[in-house]
Amino acid sequence: MSNGHHEIDDSIDLAPGDEHVEDGIAQRIVGYLTGLGLAILLTATSFFVAGTNLVWEPSIPVALVVLAIAQMGVHLVFFLHITTGPDNTNNVLALAFGVLIVILLMGGSLWIMDNLNHNMVPMDQIMQMQR
Amino acid sequence: MSTIALTEAHHGSASSRVWSGPAPKRIVTGYGFWIFILSDIIMFAAFFATYAVLLGQTAGGPSGRDLFDLRGVAIETGFLLASSFTCGLASIAADSRSAIWFQLAMAVTCALGLAFLSIEGNEFASLVARGAGPTRSAFLSAFFTLVGCHGLHVSAGILWLLTMMAQVFTKGFRPDIQRRILCFALFWHALDIIWIAVFTIVYLLGSAV
Repeated sequence: MSNGHHEIDDSIDLAPGDEHVEDGIAQRIVGYLTGLGLAILLTATSFFVAGTNLVWEPSIPVALVVLAIAQMGVHLVFFLHITTGPDNTNNVLALAFGVLIVILLMGGSLWIMDNLNHNMVPMDQIMQMQR
Repeated sequence: MSTIALTEAHHGSASSRVWSGPAPKRIVTGYGFWIFILSDIIMFAAFFATYAVLLGQTAGGPSGRDLFDLRGVAIETGFLLASSFTCGLASIAADSRSAIWFQLAMAVTCALGLAFLSIEGNEFASLVARGAGPTRSAFLSAFFTLVGCHGLHVSAGILWLLTMMAQVFTKGFRPDIQRRILCFALFWHALDIIWIAVFTIVYLLGSAV
């Protein structure tokens, strides 16, 4: 496993963002081109779905979220070179923890605020009560 | 950390791997920066949650549907995506120690990043000119905080990018410079990942409301 960096030679781990380079420059460029192509495809689909009448309307938000998550996956794999290999265990675990916190933070905020919206007396009624 | 690993090696742990000294500096630096990026993403998650909660709170003012120009956002997205690609090419050039290709790829990345920022700046200016500045409603405060914070990150990234071009020019591809290039590439690709969430949640979902 040589990465053009001598420091790395005797280690079994890979720094986040690094990829194996035995494949050579051409193959690495093909990797980035693949990622770029997939990302363009997913982005174009997102913008198309958001502006079209061809899709059942209530499904659009879900479709957009799924497309965004798919594109994040494409970026992680092809641009940041996060893999499931044993040399990436630490990087993946840190990422998984980050994702857990993000889900708790966003899901929790939306859940709590939605609950409050449902259970609180509307603003105009509060104004009347104060009179 | 090293002492624990050493004792483990002495007792012959379950792992068949032989203790081979502390992790190389490139991995320690890259991993530390990876942790920073994840914490930065968590900060953005808080802004996204704020935006999602305040999306409908327009205080009688304009909503996303009235304000957002999706064509401009699509062009912005294209610029940032292309800059992520050229940043990848710069990483390859740095690994093969080709100064010319590195400087070229970084210059293109910089130009694309500046194009992204100028479109975003125009959008902000036109919103403020139309009376839809950050003080208009809670929705617009959340919008300017979130998208502005991403724009600030891109601006900082461009300053970092120019620094790396200068450092490679004067110092060459020393191991410490290579580590900084690794961290910069992580930062730039992470900004593009956050932008995916921005154009989906803020613009596409925001203009549906």
